[in-house]
Amino acid sequence: MVGKNCFAIASDRRLGVQLQTIATDFQRVFKIHDKLYIGLSGLGTDAQTLYQRLVFRHKLYQLREERDMKPETFASLVSAILYEKRFGPYFCQPVIAGLGEDNKPFICTMDCIGAKELAKDFVVSGTASESLYGACESMYKPNMEPEELFETVSQALMSSVDRDCLSGWGGYVLIV
Amino acid sequence: MGDSQYSFSLTTFSPSGKLVQIEHALTAVGSGQTSLGIKAANGVVIATEKKLPSILVDETSVQKIQALTPNIGVVYSGMGPDFRVLVRKSRKQAQQYFRLYKEHIPVTQLVRETAAVMQEFTQSGGVRPFGVSLLIAGYDDNGPQLYQVDPSGSYFSWKASAMGKNVSNAKTFLEKRYTEDMELDDAIHTAILTLKEGYEGQISSNNIEIGIIRPDREFKVLSPSEIKDFLEEVE
Repeated sequence: MVGKNCFAIASDRRLGVQLQTIATDFQRVFKIHDKLYIGLSGLGTDAQTLYQRLVFRHKLYQLREERDMKPETFASLVSAILYEKRFGPYFCQPVIAGLGEDNKPFICTMDCIGAKELAKDFVVSGTASESLYGACESMYKPNMEPEELFETVSQALMSSVDRDCLSGWGGYVLIV
Repeated sequence: MGDSQYSFSLTTFSPSGKLVQIEHALTAVGSGQTSLGIKAANGVVIATEKKLPSILVDETSVQKIQALTPNIGVVYSGMGPDFRVLVRKSRKQAQQYFRLYKEHIPVTQLVRETAAVMQEFTQSGGVRPFGVSLLIAGYDDNGPQLYQVDPSGSYFSWKASAMGKNVSNAKTFLEKRYTEDMELDDAIHTAILTLKEGYEGQISSNNIEIGIIRPDREFKVLSPSEIKDFLEEVE
């Protein structure tokens, strides 16, 4: 979710196989660099592998170009990597959030084969995504300060996740 | 000369530690038509002689200065056909970068990749090095930039440089005339004067080619009428 010169990215902590909960501390939001984070919902193994591949690409980029990747550039890269596997995809829906030039917040989401969707307010993905759309739509206000953004994101996450039996077991909210 | 025993195969070092084929490639460049580039405070200019073998040749069909991307241009000294192949490969690499990152390739990255291609042809079997040196001029987020790439694959960033015939006179002339805070129009005049220094015969808007890039980041090759205006200002 986008705020005033800041963004929030959040996830739940459950890792499960249908009805069985395997872990309650699963990390789904990963750092690419100080001002760029990616959240990967969907299949656990694909989320981890995709994250490792993206960090690899970003590190090479940093070494070659001697600068961090811009969020828009990173989103294009993720989209290209996902589409490479068009006929045997990664079962992940990424949510990308970062601060671009002049600390302008950037968010986007994609489907599992790389169809990018930019948004100005919020993006969601996962099993509780429909519920999250509703909660965010009603709670979102433009230009929120970091403290208010934190409250809003936490409330939206908790209320949607409570309504979904496959999500839950804690939450993780990061404000940048 | 002991080296000549080792000049048949590119991929064999001579006892003196040189790859003789690359030396020969540099000789081919050195006998090519003069080209030069100058980096100004607000842009880059590259220029070359365009001496055609006969007056019957249609000079509009000969393009020695080419754009690699909308904001990067290149000129060469040496073998024209080798240049065309390199331009094709570089353009493809620039587009591949854009397809992946949806961002225009920075000048240093394109120079590095072009140099890597040229180096590949010095370490493979059955191929020969490219007989061209390139001057790549571009304008990106790091400002105006000018790079020279040699047949060996090494590249250097220059404030002003020349290649081909008459290179030592041209470089001496540029050393005297170059200033750090030169404006682009001054640089164009200096480029024309430098070409004029070594030109056999009468210089005119049809037998030189000039490419410029301004802060608007659009590389363009000047038309003969634009060159004529600059020539008149110089005289």
